[in-house]
Amino acid sequence: MKNTIIKAAELTKVYIRGTEEVYAVNGINLDITDGDFIALMGPSGSGKTTLLDLIGCLDSISSGSLEVFGKDVSRVKESKLVGLRRGHIGFIFQDFLLIPSLTAIENVELSLYFARKPQDRKKLVQLFEKVGLGHRINHLPKEMSGGERQRVAIARALAVSPKFLIADEPTGNLDTKSSQEIFDIFKNINKSEGLTIILATHNPKLGSQADHIIYLKDGKVVSKEESSLY
Amino acid sequence: MNLFSVALKNLARKKVRTALTVGGVAIAIAVLVSLWGFDTGYQRSLNNDIDKMGYQVLVTAKGCPYEAATLMLQGGGGLRYMNEDVYKRISGDARIDKITPQLVATAYDPGKQSGRGGISLYMGIADSYLTLKPWSKFKSGKWFSDENALEAIMGYEVAEYEQRSVGDKILIPGRNEILTVVGIFERNGTQDDGIVFLPLKVAQKIFEVPDKLTGIGIKLKDMAQLSKFEEDLYNEPGIQIISLAQVKGTILNLVSSAKAMTNSVALIAVIIAVIGVVNTILMSVFERTSEIGVMKAIGASRLDIFRIIWVETTFICVFGGVLGNIMALLGGKTIEYILKSVLPYAPKGHLVVITPHILTLSFFGAVIMGLVAGLYPAFRASSMKPIEAIRKGE
Repeated sequence: MKNTIIKAAELTKVYIRGTEEVYAVNGINLDITDGDFIALMGPSGSGKTTLLDLIGCLDSISSGSLEVFGKDVSRVKESKLVGLRRGHIGFIFQDFLLIPSLTAIENVELSLYFARKPQDRKKLVQLFEKVGLGHRINHLPKEMSGGERQRVAIARALAVSPKFLIADEPTGNLDTKSSQEIFDIFKNINKSEGLTIILATHNPKLGSQADHIIYLKDGKVVSKEESSLY
Repeated sequence: MNLFSVALKNLARKKVRTALTVGGVAIAIAVLVSLWGFDTGYQRSLNNDIDKMGYQVLVTAKGCPYEAATLMLQGGGGLRYMNEDVYKRISGDARIDKITPQLVATAYDPGKQSGRGGISLYMGIADSYLTLKPWSKFKSGKWFSDENALEAIMGYEVAEYEQRSVGDKILIPGRNEILTVVGIFERNGTQDDGIVFLPLKVAQKIFEVPDKLTGIGIKLKDMAQLSKFEEDLYNEPGIQIISLAQVKGTILNLVSSAKAMTNSVALIAVIIAVIGVVNTILMSVFERTSEIGVMKAIGASRLDIFRIIWVETTFICVFGGVLGNIMALLGGKTIEYILKSVLPYAPKGHLVVITPHILTLSFFGAVIMGLVAGLYPAFRASSMKPIEAIRKGE
């Protein structure tokens, strides 16, 4: 029996825009178990990114409840959320968000520094080889292609040995070939290491390769389905 | 990878901007170090000048005490004359240990300063002069052969400047008298280095002031008797008594207003530099909003972010501090030259003395400056919410 690592009940996030209340996430119920590979899909503004931010403990919830690793994070302050994120949750963003002044390996080392984990160069080189970037570890982000930068971001997320990975449109800025390559890395990690991955994508061809697909619209889950390989 | 390397690499990213900010701090620190160096150097040189005069009291003809104080240090007395019999009357006082008469005279020398002309200083002195200044040694030659001999002893610098040696003949401009150089003093770091000395009687004759003096230098047996001695001499008509303590005070008063002005300038320079640093770092924080957001997302605490920004600011100020110290050390001579031209009285010797103590103090001052300047930008950066920072930067 798999462990539930994320449990959301009536999860809601409301933003105030002027005098109007905008429900970015509106009463979502969700159970994510260890080893799941979930794709969040839906049109722009459907709440994918907000949901990922909440699950990733990057943002506070408005109402409902959210448990991460069995801990209720609904009322936890931002300063305490850091401890929960640090070393437990890996993040990958659409714009890669690498530190431009640091080389690929330094970017990864920095995440280990923040996670208070040892910086073992040998292990990091192996990690870079795993994401297909063993030859580029000493290059700066500006010297790399989009696909390579995203591989660095994946290495950065994996280096701290997270319990789950959150990826927000990780292929949004990549060409078709690079997108598939990046997606293949996710699939391999999920299958070989059993790492839970929750990603948001617009790309149905890629989304359908996940184990589960959750469709969102207007902040609500409109359907959940098991994927059949595309 | 640690916070220091992250901070250094961030600063290296915008090299020109960092260099300009470091330059601003360096200039402020250089001004500060130079001023502190001037404070130290000026006091030291003034004390040296006064100590090496050999006497504690100078008797001069009545006149402006400020003028007398300045001229006294430039050559032994104001150019007002008193009768020589004053000297004869005072010299019998039992409280006096040593006493020497002086006659200072000037002559305009059109050939001085590469033909631009200038004033040459002469001083008529008696045998007692050397007993008050036992440290005055001859570089070459010896004392006058006779009190009426047409001879001169030159101070070290004036001899060097005019390239004179013992046996040379010198002409006093406008007086048509030729003197033979019989001695040259060693350098002693005071105004004496720039004076041509003559036997007192010869000076009185050449400058047509027979039986006149410009000053009498006195050293008392007991310094405790100074105020009583001064009080007694007030009864002598036509003279005034200037104690060296007074002279020191007068000169320091003259300089203090200039010092207050320059200290204000230094303070303003430091404040401007701090504002410059805050501005630069704040700009850099706003430019890196999404980076700060992502660092927080991947586990950086508020303190981590605070320290990165704080370290960056401190680095800028430390680099500026080191550079400022180097600039002050290298530019000391130039500053000394400028100060000498604007000060009412500049003692001999180095006016700007930058000691290791000053350098250490300014270095730690720069560190404190960095720590203070970094507080606000570091607070702003560390207060950013990760998700807002990431979205804002996108």
